[in-house]
Amino acid sequence: MTTFRINGRAVAVDVEEDTPLLWVIRDVIGLTGTKFGCGIGMCGACTVHVGGRPTRSCITPVGSVADAEITTIEGLDPAGQHPLQRAWIDLQVPQCGYCQSGQIMQAASLLKDFPTPSDQDIDAVMAGNLCRCMTYVRIRAAIKRASAELRKAATND
Amino acid sequence: MTRLQRLAADDAFSPSRRSFLIAMVGGAALFGFPRTANPAIDPATPTGAPPLQVNPLFEPTIWFSIDSDGFVTVNIIRAEMGQHVGTALARILADELEADWDKVRIVHVDSDPKWGLMVTGGSWSVSQTWPVFTRAGAAGRMALIDEGARLLGVSPTVCTARTGAVVAGEKKISYGEIVSRGRLDRRYTPAELAELPIKPASERRLIGRAAAALDIPMKTNGDARYGIDAKTPNMVYARPKIPPTRNGSKVNSIDDSAAREVKGYLQSLVLEDPSDTVPGWVMVIAENYPAAIRAADLVKVDWTPGPTANVSEKDIQDRAAQLIARPDAGAILSDTGDYDTAAAFRAAKSTLEQTYTTATVLHFQLEPVNALAFEKDGVFEVHAGNQWQTLILPTLAKALDRPETSIVIRSYMLGGGFGRRLNGDYMVPAALAAKALGRPVKMVLTRADDARFDSVRSPSVQTLRMAFGDESRVTAMEHHAAAGWPTQVVAPSFMIKGVGGAPVDPFSSSGADHWYDVGPHRVRVISNDLANATFRPGWLRSVGVGWINWALESFMDEAAHHAQSDPVAFRLRLLTGAGHNAGSAPKAVGGALRQAEVVRRAAGRANWGEALPPDTGLGLATSFGQERDMPTWVACVARVRVDRSTGLVAVEKLTMVIDAGTVVEPDSARAQAEGGALWGLSMALYEGAEFVQGQVKDTNLDTYSPLRIGDAPEIDISFVDSVEAPVGLGEPPTTVVAPAIANAIFAAVGARLRHIPIRPADVLQVLTPQNQAH
Repeated sequence: MTTFRINGRAVAVDVEEDTPLLWVIRDVIGLTGTKFGCGIGMCGACTVHVGGRPTRSCITPVGSVADAEITTIEGLDPAGQHPLQRAWIDLQVPQCGYCQSGQIMQAASLLKDFPTPSDQDIDAVMAGNLCRCMTYVRIRAAIKRASAELRKAATND
Repeated sequence: MTRLQRLAADDAFSPSRRSFLIAMVGGAALFGFPRTANPAIDPATPTGAPPLQVNPLFEPTIWFSIDSDGFVTVNIIRAEMGQHVGTALARILADELEADWDKVRIVHVDSDPKWGLMVTGGSWSVSQTWPVFTRAGAAGRMALIDEGARLLGVSPTVCTARTGAVVAGEKKISYGEIVSRGRLDRRYTPAELAELPIKPASERRLIGRAAAALDIPMKTNGDARYGIDAKTPNMVYARPKIPPTRNGSKVNSIDDSAAREVKGYLQSLVLEDPSDTVPGWVMVIAENYPAAIRAADLVKVDWTPGPTANVSEKDIQDRAAQLIARPDAGAILSDTGDYDTAAAFRAAKSTLEQTYTTATVLHFQLEPVNALAFEKDGVFEVHAGNQWQTLILPTLAKALDRPETSIVIRSYMLGGGFGRRLNGDYMVPAALAAKALGRPVKMVLTRADDARFDSVRSPSVQTLRMAFGDESRVTAMEHHAAAGWPTQVVAPSFMIKGVGGAPVDPFSSSGADHWYDVGPHRVRVISNDLANATFRPGWLRSVGVGWINWALESFMDEAAHHAQSDPVAFRLRLLTGAGHNAGSAPKAVGGALRQAEVVRRAAGRANWGEALPPDTGLGLATSFGQERDMPTWVACVARVRVDRSTGLVAVEKLTMVIDAGTVVEPDSARAQAEGGALWGLSMALYEGAEFVQGQVKDTNLDTYSPLRIGDAPEIDISFVDSVEAPVGLGEPPTTVVAPAIANAIFAAVGARLRHIPIRPADVLQVLTPQNQAH
């Protein structure tokens, strides 16, 4: 039995400890917004936050996240209104959308580390997230828009 | 090509294929009326479940219904795979219907014979749906005006429809109220429907205006449901053991002793497949998917492989070259005008001949292929994202030995299509396993399984020749192209005929029948039998023209240099719009002159001819898309910088101009062009697979390297304002990029690359010592 918190909720799962976290999230807990792409941690579609850090859940054994705080795309914002999610909608970023949960989760930690990212920062931090529809131009623009919105909100506080 | 277009058009209005009657019956009769469709996904609702409709309904055609609250539900047969197709199609209908867009919903329907041909590909969706949805909307509007006028007690002639209501001066009645109170009893024959007038472009209120795509919010919060998210009670998971060859493998024995140690492992199942879709497949069944992955790694299968077990990429390409060298091989296209080039080549002052090749390409759609299958209430259900339901249904029927009418494919979002899911072969093993086990089976391929089972884009070899007369005037042209043919292998009924009735795969040849005036023009296309035997060739963004246009537009650049002419000026001289290339209604009005215009505009926007820094160059390529009777005119200028010491090519900018006729959804159109252009770049420089011992060598991102965000250059995309018939956009922007890049490399450093992908080592090899010394 492994216990951890996911999107603020305590869960206990009875699976082999070396089961990839991805399948526990998707098939045991039932949150399917996190996606399976490559299975070797190189496409980023499975990105979630573990203790606030972006983590490739497809290569993370569930046993290694015991007692950790996990956030998935469903928990990034209770109403799906994180500034990144709003920017993604405003700029109509997703095409097929399959990678976008991972893109948004990766971008969320990018904005924590680099509140005002340059193109180079974005390219470096987002390099591990493949978008097969090639929405890269809009991903860059949306990250900048969300960054601007966050700065504006901070100034108004 | 022509026949395909006709098929689609026939299909749209033929009463034998589709009941397109406007049958409007009284409200009472509609009580308890079955739902318009058997709906799978409504992207506009948070759960994806379609909202309930309030009876009575007005359901004038199979394509939409209006409920008593005035909500319009539009049925979409096309797959949603990133193109926001439902939004664009619904806006075509809603515009003619004068609906209130805020009350329009879309439903991605499940397979049903009543929909006719159910396919999403070829950039056809908007172009083919346009005539159907405009008329369906117009019919609905006219019926609502007539009935609304009666309810208002005025003449229909004083009424207009606007934003979901019929208005006569101060009086107004909503569509919902008309549906709930009215007697809608008009009928239209299919012929009448086809003749219905549609609004002039100036009266359009939705088409051509920005809209928020209905499927996007759910793709930002985890709500969107893809095939891989499908589930049903009591299902087991399956991962296949992919045999050593795509065709002809036989299972001799299975040893699952090691797999039995995996908790959750259930059994390994040899599939018996009457349809021969997945010969030699073994399904490893487990209670959960990670157990299936792990167990499959431990299951040992002894196979007798098929005859292609030792085939390499080079073998396939050598076979292509061998076929090209045989004058009797292949078929001559019949739609290039005069195809007898012999005399012109004999009389030529000079000639040019070059050969171009392309490597195998993987789809690598990010969601690996998967399917959930089970029998329920006498119906076999297959839950999966798919692009061509009507193609795979007969195969499923054969595999399961039951009539097509007792099989339904339920629609889900596609985690990428790109042509992979036109071939629904991946549904067959899930269905066979579910039948054998008598319980629901959910099969998911791992990434490596998916790559090995991919319907790859065939590698190709093409030889082009041009004859020149006095003053380097072009007097004849030949194009010989050999590759694996997806249509021959996967969808033979869509083959067309060349000269003398010889079979032709339209999707392995279209694009070669170009709009340049070159005098006699001979296109010979050849099916590579070794490719066809080694893998199931796939359609891949952008079908045939992907390799055809690479060769054609690289060659046009070489021809320009041979003629000592500027590559833009050379093309413009040949794009005269004369005779065979004048173009015709409905979709090709303007012909080659529209192609000349995008070439001119792209060159202008990219500052063609301006002085550039050292080792930097501009290259141009153009395309008409895929079919001569549905041309999308595209031109692209690539600006590249070449590092002579490493051979690295940096694409600094892509400038693209597109004339797609009427653009229904401008932002989605732009998004398609952005993605298509970067796909073109990715295939030009970063992708490329290779067959080794009958299998693709690269099966995951450790060695297969599609374009990443840091490689995405500045892109300048513009559309020609047009009210001509809408054509297609998903694919044409892809095929211009690779030749534009190769032509730019030549302009930058004088090195001519004739194979994609272009690797730095290839560039270094072609740089002459003189060039390198710069």
